Amino acid sequence: MSGLVVQNIAIQYSKFALEATFEASAKITGLFGPSGCGKTTILELIAGIRRPQRGSIRFQNAVLTDAAQGIQIQPEKRKIGYVPQDLALFPHLSVRQNVFYSKGEISDVADLFRTLEIEKLLDRKIQQLSGGEKQRIALARALLSHPDLLLLDEPLSSLDESLRERTREYIEALIRRIDIPVLYVSHDSDEIVSLCDEVIVLQQGRVTAQGPVNRLFIADERTHYKLKTPS
Amino acid sequence: MRKWSALLNGSMSPSEVDPFWLTLTTAFISTLLILPPGLFLAWLLARKNFPLKSFVETIVSLPLIMPPVATGLVLLKLMGKRGPLGMLFHELFRSEIVFTWRAIVAAMAVMSFPFIVRTARVAFEEVNTRFEQVARTLGSGPWRVFRSITLPLAARGIVAGSALAFGRAIGEFGATVLVAGNIPGKTATLSVSIFYLIQLGQDRLAFHLVVLSLAPCFVLLYLSEVFLRKRKD
Repeated sequence: MSGLVVQNIAIQYSKFALEATFEASAKITGLFGPSGCGKTTILELIAGIRRPQRGSIRFQNAVLTDAAQGIQIQPEKRKIGYVPQDLALFPHLSVRQNVFYSKGEISDVADLFRTLEIEKLLDRKIQQLSGGEKQRIALARALLSHPDLLLLDEPLSSLDESLRERTREYIEALIRRIDIPVLYVSHDSDEIVSLCDEVIVLQQGRVTAQGPVNRLFIADERTHYKLKTPS
Repeated sequence: MRKWSALLNGSMSPSEVDPFWLTLTTAFISTLLILPPGLFLAWLLARKNFPLKSFVETIVSLPLIMPPVATGLVLLKLMGKRGPLGMLFHELFRSEIVFTWRAIVAAMAVMSFPFIVRTARVAFEEVNTRFEQVARTLGSGPWRVFRSITLPLAARGIVAGSALAFGRAIGEFGATVLVAGNIPGKTATLSVSIFYLIQLGQDRLAFHLVVLSLAPCFVLLYLSEVFLRKRKD
């Protein structure tokens, strides 16, 4: 039970308007939709780096945002790990400094480093890492802040085919191992089906469907998954 | 070190202060003084929207386009014996600003302030806010994010701005000559001394000071270029 409740959240900028209500209660919830439908905006609202014009966000019964009451908990107080699509690894810091940026407790580092196989990368510069390695470092950095909820924004989309599968395995091993809920954003249905328990479908800034992945997706003849058309 | 403290407590005799050393010291103090408010204002202009922002931007940049002598006249009115700042300073420290080394620092600070603000502002604007946002989600408050992310990523621009401001301070003439005058050994900076030596027909000595004034500017700009190149690599 992740207990993430997003209620009537609304934000509008330039020509885009988002208005969404959903609950994420599974261990791994997918946020699925085409590019530009508002997936990243939702993650930013949950992480607290954007402020909605209306609506509220609660996590485990704590109010994170409530526009009506003027409540906006600062990102550093939310305990929400966020790995954006561009990863935002700090270019002026070493890999080690990036990973330990949050200065969190480091008791279970060995296990995490083993799962992500990043021990040997720690003394490198960020610029010396491959796309997949950067992704793993960003994941480790977010987890070492000891979040209660992890937000992953299209973690595989920028990787080429050879790295995608390997990195997907790392991510799968990791999110099955950690005991916090994950909100996983992707526009790739196969990725959502293989990694998530439940899915929220977003289209043009609106939630159009929500439920277990096996109920909402169907495999085609080439075993690629696609959204079931509503009957 | 002895000269430094002697200048600060006013016990140094005029003949001991040469234009080169006086200019370097006052330019250094002026750059140091404008750095914190300059960076704060630059960050504010780069990151925040507030009422009268354009007005503030214009005021900051004014010394760039105003004739330095005009700026000097404004400073003279403000810091003179009957000026508001002059009276306040006298009330607090029983001392004058104009026609002392403090007036040189004030003139240098006002004239070089826009260089720090404008350069640092561009540097702050170039820092991707994504890094700051993610740092916040990693548990860092705004001050730690500024120190650990924004400031280091903007360092190249800040160093360049500081070097420019220091260079501008060394070359400052128009405002300085009005508020500090040309008291040999006391307020005669390199630029002011060069001007008066030329007036006296002592071109050879004036040229000697030109070379002296070039040296610190060259060394400083060279070092900042090396630093900037290193960070870029």
